Amino acid sequence: MFADIPLLSLREAFSRQFRRHLKALMGSPADMANPLLFYSMVVTLFPLGLGPDPERLSAIAPGLLWVVALLSSLMVSSKLFDSDYEDGSLEQLAIAPYPLSILLMGEIAAHWLATGFLLAAVSPLFGIMLGLPAAGLGVLFYSLMLGTICLTLIGAMGSALTVSIRRGGLLMSLLIIPLNVPVLIFGTTAVSEAVIGGNPQTWLTLLSGLAMGSLALVPIAISAALRVSLDN
Amino acid sequence: MQLLSLQDVAIERGERRLLSGVHLTVEAGDIWQLVGANGVGKTSLLRALAGLAQLGVSGQIVHKQARLYLGHAPALKKSLSALDNLRCHPASDILASDEMIFSALESLNLAGYEEQPVGSLSAGQQRRVALTRLLLSQAPLWLLDEPFTALDVSGCDWLDTQIRSHVSSGGAVVYTSHQPSRFGSLQQDVDLVRYVC
Repeated sequence: MFADIPLLSLREAFSRQFRRHLKALMGSPADMANPLLFYSMVVTLFPLGLGPDPERLSAIAPGLLWVVALLSSLMVSSKLFDSDYEDGSLEQLAIAPYPLSILLMGEIAAHWLATGFLLAAVSPLFGIMLGLPAAGLGVLFYSLMLGTICLTLIGAMGSALTVSIRRGGLLMSLLIIPLNVPVLIFGTTAVSEAVIGGNPQTWLTLLSGLAMGSLALVPIAISAALRVSLDN
Repeated sequence: MQLLSLQDVAIERGERRLLSGVHLTVEAGDIWQLVGANGVGKTSLLRALAGLAQLGVSGQIVHKQARLYLGHAPALKKSLSALDNLRCHPASDILASDEMIFSALESLNLAGYEEQPVGSLSAGQQRRVALTRLLLSQAPLWLLDEPFTALDVSGCDWLDTQIRSHVSSGGAVVYTSHQPSRFGSLQQDVDLVRYVC
């Protein structure tokens, strides 16, 4: 009776993990709203601190919007695997008869949809609040869409490395902020170029290169890091 | 048929060497109980058998067949219902239909709790949900860490029956427990005290 165990296809295994994580996220909407709330708070507070001069605000808007996106992504990605580690799901993932990186990609994709994608989707609204010129709004959206893919993957890598360490938050920030810097520079430059009527395509291309590169390589690093974390 | 074999396995945890020289061969139809005092290394050995620990483990562990591991942590998402948890369980090897899940939960007296978030169930009921996976898997080798914890008498009897029918149909079970032998002559004990360093 046990002669041959029908395995799910990789696509089914991926989508099963995707659905599981998305449903769990939907079950706690506060966690999902948290980064957006943080984003909107910072964007509301900055004009109060700097004064309501539209020109000054629109000059710093590209950098500000991107830095806040980076920080809020850091905030949520750092806890990506915490609950899975505590409730034993990671152990089960690690011994599942599928490649760990594929299963984790399902989980990360759900996480990105609920945080990074959502953030990118509402970012034009925040851009308008800071007086970002209309020419920059579309590029802000595209650059964040690509950038949050990188940020989420890098954050997941940090989370995988520190998941077994209590209070690993600081270590994790030290580990991954340097890796986030290129993403930040490309993204901010793309938006600034669009605002001054320059050529944002170059920077968007670089960003998508980074996103594709991390999509291909980071899952392998994440699964290796998680296996080490589970080992003790 | 051999499902698992261990050759001269040693287990270290941090700086401490817990066990060494462990030999074990698990054949189809076997029930092995790992016994020993708290902290002797039962869970560590079981995790090594599952393939979860590699760094501190030396020696040879050969898996011939797929395995199902149930640890202390139930691997259930508290905000999801029992049904959703089992539908999308990360390690499950079959695509369980909803009917299969419903009838499995029913056999564990969980009928009516299928749609409730697992976090709102009692500890024993959560344990039952975790054990439901035994019915929804085709893995021949079961590795169970303290499976009788938090179960009431009827739950223990249920698990007893499952283990017996599993081994009689060609599976094998390795479990840890502080309870005295439940399976009489069917089971063999591994007293880990023998391997303590």
